[in-house]
Order: sequence, then structure tokens, then C-alpha cells
Amino acid sequence: MAKFETVEVTTDILLCGGGMAACGAAVEASYWAKKNGLKVTLVDKAAMDRSGAVAMGLSAINQYVDITSGNNTVEDYVNYVRNDLMGITREDLVYDIARHVDSSVHLFEKWGLPIWKDEQGNFVHEGRWQLMINGESYKVIVAEAAKNALTERGGEYFERVFITAPLMDGERIAGAVGFSTREEKFYVFKAKAVLAAMGGAVHVFKPRSTGEGLGRAWYPPWNSGSSLYFTLIAGAEQTCQEVRFIPVRFKDGYGPVGAWFLLFKSRATNAFGGEYMVERKAELDNWGSYGKVKPIPANLRNYLGMLDEFEGKGPIYMRTEEAIQKIAESLKDDPKAYKKKMKELESEAWEDFLDMTISQAILWAGTNVQPEEKSSEIAAAEPYFIGSHSGASGAWVSGPKDLAPKEYFWGYEYMSTVKGLFCAGDASGASSHKFSSGSHAEGRAAGKSMVRFVLDNNTLPNVDAAKVDELKKKILYPLDLFAEHSAKSSDPDINPEFMKPKMFMFRLQKIMDEYAAGVTSGFKTNKAKLERALELIAYLKEDSEKLAASNLHELMRCHENIQRMWQAEVHVRTILFREETRWPGYYLRNDFAKLDEANWKVFANATYKNGQWEMKKVPVIGIV
Amino acid sequence: MPSFVIMEKCDGCKGQDKTACMYICPNDLMVLDKEKMKAWNMEPEMCWECYNCVKICPQQAIDVRGYADFVPMGASVVPLRGSEDIMWTVKFRNGMVKRFKFPIRTTTEGSAKPDGGYGEVTTDLASQCLYNEPEALRLKELPTLKK
Repeated sequence: MAKFETVEVTTDILLCGGGMAACGAAVEASYWAKKNGLKVTLVDKAAMDRSGAVAMGLSAINQYVDITSGNNTVEDYVNYVRNDLMGITREDLVYDIARHVDSSVHLFEKWGLPIWKDEQGNFVHEGRWQLMINGESYKVIVAEAAKNALTERGGEYFERVFITAPLMDGERIAGAVGFSTREEKFYVFKAKAVLAAMGGAVHVFKPRSTGEGLGRAWYPPWNSGSSLYFTLIAGAEQTCQEVRFIPVRFKDGYGPVGAWFLLFKSRATNAFGGEYMVERKAELDNWGSYGKVKPIPANLRNYLGMLDEFEGKGPIYMRTEEAIQKIAESLKDDPKAYKKKMKELESEAWEDFLDMTISQAILWAGTNVQPEEKSSEIAAAEPYFIGSHSGASGAWVSGPKDLAPKEYFWGYEYMSTVKGLFCAGDASGASSHKFSSGSHAEGRAAGKSMVRFVLDNNTLPNVDAAKVDELKKKILYPLDLFAEHSAKSSDPDINPEFMKPKMFMFRLQKIMDEYAAGVTSGFKTNKAKLERALELIAYLKEDSEKLAASNLHELMRCHENIQRMWQAEVHVRTILFREETRWPGYYLRNDFAKLDEANWKVFANATYKNGQWEMKKVPVIGIV
Repeated sequence: MPSFVIMEKCDGCKGQDKTACMYICPNDLMVLDKEKMKAWNMEPEMCWECYNCVKICPQQAIDVRGYADFVPMGASVVPLRGSEDIMWTVKFRNGMVKRFKFPIRTTTEGSAKPDGGYGEVTTDLASQCLYNEPEALRLKELPTLKK
């Protein structure tokens, strides 16, 4: 076996992940932990300053309820999310996040995040719930507060340690294991409560760009399904694992469209100048009450555009030139003011990309696009697992005491069905539209809840040393396999005894793309295709034991792709279970092509225990 | 090639155990070739073009060449990140150049106080309020259901 030093860390509260949710948890948990003599430890796969989905920055905060303005209530937000998710949402969780989110945003501002203000000193709203920011350093600022909270209050953080498996004491979580991606060290973290906040999943499906542009996923390529894998393997019930997200974004660069649609009020038109949102309005009647709400649910907007594509009416263009001209039009008679306004709009348009999707700026520059003069293509991207955005996949967690129906409450908010295992951000399901700010707020609430749990369960769970050794051997095995067989072949990547993680990922992506409603199958699937996907995933799963790594970086890639494989399987199984089409702009079941409110207005939950999958329907209970 | 290292400018961060780009890359792509004392991107097709290596490099020795499978050649987007703002120089394929400057933070680096100055408002662990709420919400009380 590869000779790795084992480093053991004992703590009270372990935060796995370093993104927005984990940073929120660090701030809140550190306060209560210090007060109660407990220790908080955070483990990040990368460097906290630039880890997670906000690593590049963001140009907007997508959840700010603005309760103080009196314009919106928490209930309004719950109604918005429920409708956007076609009726399937945990209102208690959405409510809880919405009532805390404004304080996270206020903290960001105090920490130094520049939020756009109007002449009266009020935040500039991009849309009803969205704020415009100068967000290049958004994550740096949020991480700084988290690190300060940890270090000032007796906690610590580890960077470049990749968490690969949960440690269990029977039905209770006991910690986590992982390895350093920089030195030959195997880490064993023992804890009384553990937070899974390790993001969503990218590259489960074949992306549109498969050459150098493979990395230009909409959501970051380092989010490999760690949260799903960790919580599923620990035995935690999953929810909404069928609710993937398909972002419609500027084509290829995946630049954001929010500012264009909401702030600049741009139209999107097809090759013939037709506007799918107008021409296909009648289609909305096929989707029950959800087709009648405003704003129109994201997946239905997607679907109307997809119908244009299916009929060969693409490309679809974002009419940037028209939108900008329209805004500046009122100043046409004052050339000086007009010029100034145009300059301002140009700068805002470019900052939108430079803050969060720099590739799109390169693509504009490479194709000589000036948005005030020329339209740009938009397109539906490949599917992503991102429960914090307009998808909903994640673990099934307890709601808060004062909000949750009794069926959704088991003592500690944000605790999964596994004792002591908490979830936030993309790790917790059915609480969509929390985005960056809401994930931070949810992390804070989970952080406090974890301290409550630890004080009620203040014993260190038992960890079986033999089990740890077994995990260590299994996790490091790809290095051993490579060392044993690589010399037998002329090519380090091609060997009958093993498989490298990159080809393993491509094999998974091909299965998902072709059988589980990816881009090239027009987001359509059916029972037979899904069953074929499961057959092929079963072979892949067997072959995952033949993954080989020539170094630490590849070892990380091996385990990332094992995580993706499990994300794929739970997704396929849940799509197969739900015999209807509810989110047509995310995927279509051609054999059950319609919404079926009578039978399927329920959560589809999945559990994997002792090698067996259990699928079940769980009632949707509203609170608002 | 996504991010790449300009050989002439890279000094390998002067032989420290890790370079700035290795430290920051969220996807663990940058490595130091200790013989040449130059960093390199070992997996460019996994690069998100997040520019964190470009922004952090003390020698300005890292640049990005747009993904060759869909970006026509000739453009460049170059940042210069300071402590309060960031300057961008965007060069188009046709030679046009545009410059933009945006603020990045309003406070000094390192100064973020976890409580945001709202103080320790709620000290009851059983309360649904987080420790600096309701002050940090700028409300009198935390919203809950009207029963």
C-alpha cells in the first residue's frame, strides 16, 4: 500500500467544504462553540479565498428579500420558489433561509463587498430579489470573515484536503476521512457533528464543449458531487435528485443572462425574428397552474426556447443591441448625456462578465462583439446538480422547530436523516433559489443548529480503527494499482489492468448524455433508455475498482469521478421513479410526457443502505 | 490553452515550497517544475478560466488564451488587481482595445469582523435568531409564521 502518514484530528464540529455555506457555518458555529467550550474545524479541498462556486466572483446577489423595504415578505419569496419549482419545494426550509438571508447580505456589505447603490443610497435591484454588486472579490471577503471567526475563537481550518468518505458509528456520523492533495498524508477527522457543504455536481453529463473548452462548464468543474456521495454513503435520505438544472446562458462562454433579461429588459428572438416567449405562450397552458404564474418558472421559459430549437428555428439571440439602445433612447436629444449613458451601460455589460465569467468576455473580444451593436447567441447548457439555484437536488433535512410541519421535523434544523450529519448549500435539497447569499444564511443556521446538537449529544462517537485502515487502503488503492501495472504498457494511460479517471469520466458522460436526457438527446428520455443507463452504470461501477492514479492530483480525480458516478445513478433512478414530466425545460420523459398532479405532486426520495436502493413518495406539505 | 505561464516572466516564486498559482488554483491545476523553476498548468482542459492564478501572480507571468475549440484567436483579457479595485484591458481580435475599472472591496484586507459590527445580540442558543440577529436583519424581530 502507498505509504501515507495518517494524521488524526479530533474536533467537536467538522465543516466539510469551504464555499459560501461552509463559510456561513464557520461564522455562526464559531461563536456558539466558543461560548460552550467546543471546537470547530473546517476542511476545504482548495484555498478558501477562491474555493467553491463563487471562486471567480459574482456580478449579482440573487437572493435578497429586502424585508425592511416593506415591498416584499418572506411569504412572497416562498410563493415565488414554490411556483418556480412546479409545486415541489420544502416551504419550511425556503422560509427559514429567506428570513435569515438579508442579514447575510448586510454582513457582506460590512465586511467590504461593494453593493450598487442608487442616488438615494438604496441597493440597486437587478430584479425583485436580485442585487447588483461589484463582486470580483466576493468570495475572498466572505472567506476572510470565516477564517477570522475560526481563528479568533479557537477553531482551525485545513486547505487542500479532499474529503472522500464519511466515518460512521452505527447510525451516527463520527467524522470524515480524506487525503491531502499536496503531500502524502491521509486525514482522519473525528467529530460529534459533521456538516456536508461540498457543493453540487458538474461534468456528470457530457458538456457541449469537449476539447479545451471542457473546463468551461457553467458551474465550476471542481464541484464533483462530493456532497451527494458523502451524504448518500452515510445513509442519508435524498430528495429531488431528479431536479437537475439546465441553465440557458450565452452560448459556449456561459456568461450570465440575468442582468440582460432583468436589468436591461432584453428580448430573446429566434432566426426568424420570432420571440418564443410570445409565440409559444399557449404552450404554458399545458403545465397546470404553474404555467399561469409570474414570473414564468425558469424551466418553462427554457422549454419554450427549446421548442424553437427542436423545430430548427435557432439560433436564439439575446438582443443586447436593442435593449441598450432602448434604455439610452430617452436621452437621444441630449448627445452628451446619451454618450455618458451609453458608456455607463457598456461598462455595466462588461463588468457582468468580468466579475464572474471572464471567458465570455474573451469570446466577445475574440468575435469582435460590442453588445451595444450586435446580438449574442444564447443556448441551453448541459444539466447540472445545484440545489442552491433553480435545481433542487440534495439531502432530506429537518426543518426549523417553529416552521416545520411535524413530518419534516426531527429535532435539529438542517440535520439529515443520519444522526449528527448536517447539510447546507448544494448539499441540502428541496430548498432552491438560495444562491450564494441564501447558502451562506443556511450555513449560519445549520452552524447554530449543530452546536445545539452537540450539547445534547456531547460524546465522541466510536470509530473502528480497522474500518479506518480499510478505508485508507481503498482510497489509496488507485496509486497501488498504477504502481503495480504501469510498466507493462508503453502508454501510461492505456493498460488492460486499469483505467484512468479522465476516460472514466468520459464514459459516464456519454452514458448520461445519450440515455439520461443530455444535450445531444434533446433533454429527452424514457423508461427503456433509463434502464439501459443503469445497466451501463453497473459496468462502470465495477470498473471504478480499476481506477488508477499516477500522482496525488490523479488520485483526487479518481475519487471525484466515483462521486460523479453515484450522482448519476441516484439521478437516473429518481427520473425513472417519477412517472411524469414536471419540469419540461429540464428533462422530458417521453413515455410520461405530461404533468400528473394527481399522482406526482410529491417529493421523490431515495435512500441507499446496505447495497439496496429505496425509492419513495413523500407528501408535499405547505406552510404559507 | 486556458491559463498558461509566460516562461520569460515566471520565477517559480523564487523556490518557495509552493507558488502563488499553486496555492490559489481552485482546481489544483498549477504545478511547479522544480528543474526549470517554472510553473505550468497541467490540465488546461479542466481550467475554468477563473483567472485566480492570473490575478495572484506577483510576476504577472500568467495569461489566458481563450479555449481554442470555440474562441477565434487574437483576443486577450488582462486584469490588474489592486487592493481596492481591478483594471481590465480587453483587446479585441480586430485590434480594438477597451479598458474598465471596477471596485473590489470597500474595507482593508484582513479587517472583516465576523459579527459585522452588529455585536452579540442573541445569546440564547434555543432562539431561532442567529447571534447577530435581529440587528443584522435591520428588523425588530425575526419573521415567523403568523399562527
